Amino acid sequence: MSETLHTEPRIDDPDDFYARLITLHADLSTEQSQKLNSKLVLLMANQIGDRAVLDEILDIVRKRD
Amino acid sequence: MRGVRHTYPFTRPAELDTDERTHVPVIIVGAGPIGLAMGLDLDLQGIPNIILDDDNKVSIGSRAICWAKRALEVVDRLGCGERMLEKGVTWNLGKVFFGDEKEPVYGFNMLEEEDQQFPGFINLQQYYAEEYLIDEIDKRELTGIRWENEVTNVDQSTDGATVSVSTPQGDYKIDCDYVIAADGAHSPLRKMLGQDFGGETFQDHFLIADIKMKAEFPAERWFWFDPPFNRGQSALLHKQPDDVWRLDFQLGWDIDREEERKAENVSRRIRAMLGDDFEFDFEWVSIYTFQCRRMDRFVHDRIIFAGDAAHLVSPFGARGANSGLQDVDNLGWKLALILKGKAPASLLESYNDERVKAARENILNSTRATDFITPKSEASRIFRDATLELADEHEFARRFVNSGRLSVPTILDDSSLNTADSDSFDSKLVPGSPATDAPVKVSGQDSWFLKSIGTDFTGVYFAKEGASAPDGADELEQDDIPVKTLVVSDMDVAGNGLLLDHKGLLKQRLDGQPGTYYLFRPDQHVVARWRDFDLQAVRDAVARATMQTG
Repeated sequence: MSETLHTEPRIDDPDDFYARLITLHADLSTEQSQKLNSKLVLLMANQIGDRAVLDEILDIVRKRD
Repeated sequence: MRGVRHTYPFTRPAELDTDERTHVPVIIVGAGPIGLAMGLDLDLQGIPNIILDDDNKVSIGSRAICWAKRALEVVDRLGCGERMLEKGVTWNLGKVFFGDEKEPVYGFNMLEEEDQQFPGFINLQQYYAEEYLIDEIDKRELTGIRWENEVTNVDQSTDGATVSVSTPQGDYKIDCDYVIAADGAHSPLRKMLGQDFGGETFQDHFLIADIKMKAEFPAERWFWFDPPFNRGQSALLHKQPDDVWRLDFQLGWDIDREEERKAENVSRRIRAMLGDDFEFDFEWVSIYTFQCRRMDRFVHDRIIFAGDAAHLVSPFGARGANSGLQDVDNLGWKLALILKGKAPASLLESYNDERVKAARENILNSTRATDFITPKSEASRIFRDATLELADEHEFARRFVNSGRLSVPTILDDSSLNTADSDSFDSKLVPGSPATDAPVKVSGQDSWFLKSIGTDFTGVYFAKEGASAPDGADELEQDDIPVKTLVVSDMDVAGNGLLLDHKGLLKQRLDGQPGTYYLFRPDQHVVARWRDFDLQAVRDAVARATMQTG
């Protein structure tokens, strides 16, 4: 059965997670930051796995551009 | 510029006309909200004290404006809560705007639980809070304020301190057991002691303009990220009493402070934000930078630091004066027990531990909010903007938006003064939590639970049948450190110390099944709780909470 996309909050202590995420980028050049983000996207996408969910996410993020 | 309030007269201290040295148990340095509240708390505890201030007036300009629920509960215990609530602007709603969008990205509601005396927040100019505290001190016997008395030196000995004071009519010395330094962010006492104040200054400037105007905006906290009237920066709008509005503009780091402070330039910003079709007067204008700093220790032998003197946070989150009042709450009863010879001086270590923990928590929250509002790197800014774009439609992203995590009290769950639960409870409260409020009736009159506890250790017993206290509870009232037991019943029967829980909310919030006994510290924090009353267990818990053991 296909998963559905969760947009409700699911991460404990979101402030702590956000701070950790931003800290990852400390002292990186723009290109290094982009590469780091790309790795994040690919790892998280693989973790999600479900192609329908991934397509839904891709639609959401492109909508505003 | 408006905003200058009363001045208070200098009175020639008796010490200038005698060679006899005065001794007072506690000298408080600084008549800001923290010093004044400290004087009142010690007065309630029966400890004579003198507040010294180098100035002769309350704060110039609004300065601290957001008073959080816990801070209001503390000042209510001191006698000023209802007056602040009545004058203040109550607000619970906040809205966050982003970019050119006219509609908010999202809104939040601060009030967690209804049926409590105080709301999540009120806005009230700092000078009103100070005036109310001063009025209350005027009614008391044990607290005196000496205006235009500047502390120039403090000498500590093993059993006290000698404070040197300079006045317009001469200098004098005064002896005391303890000095409380509530002398603000630039604390002269901290400098006299050569104590460092570690932390960081954020590379940004903010312009505060408090203006008086007739406007139809609701009493809500409005926060803008990157609005058209302040591109690339943030802004804040907040209502105060007397038609005064707090406007806050982020300016960036590389600015000409003198230029930005000029009335015509501030007016230009205000017009860009609010439009041209209204009149306003300036109440107060100030440009400031954010700092997050704290002392390593707040207790230095006979000198104890509280409020901004001990710890400094950025304003977003309203964690400055609110946390300072919780310092007062924590310190008053401990110092009183020590001065009465009922607890060892080492009890002050728990003030240090508990309030350093709180300061770390406040600085962490304040730093994170500042990092979100003022991103330190390009990557951080892009993440911030992406979060705000997603927050419009997606609930999860709203949790990441941080325009200030507004002040909530620290849970002292790892305090050595607590006695750990041996029974299980289904309540948000744990040992170390401040008590939660609930409506009750006392002698037929509507009241609030929190009004019934404080100043001394208090036991709260949920009656099994009828409304009688458990056997042995009256013995606790005769102890060296007495415990007064309040009986909670949902049946309307008359009796001393009886709280009628007519809505059943106290029972619900404390999981007060029949027989349950809660022990609260004088600062209304849970010490321990049991499913059954046990006299020895209560005595052991009081002993632990006052460091009589181990």
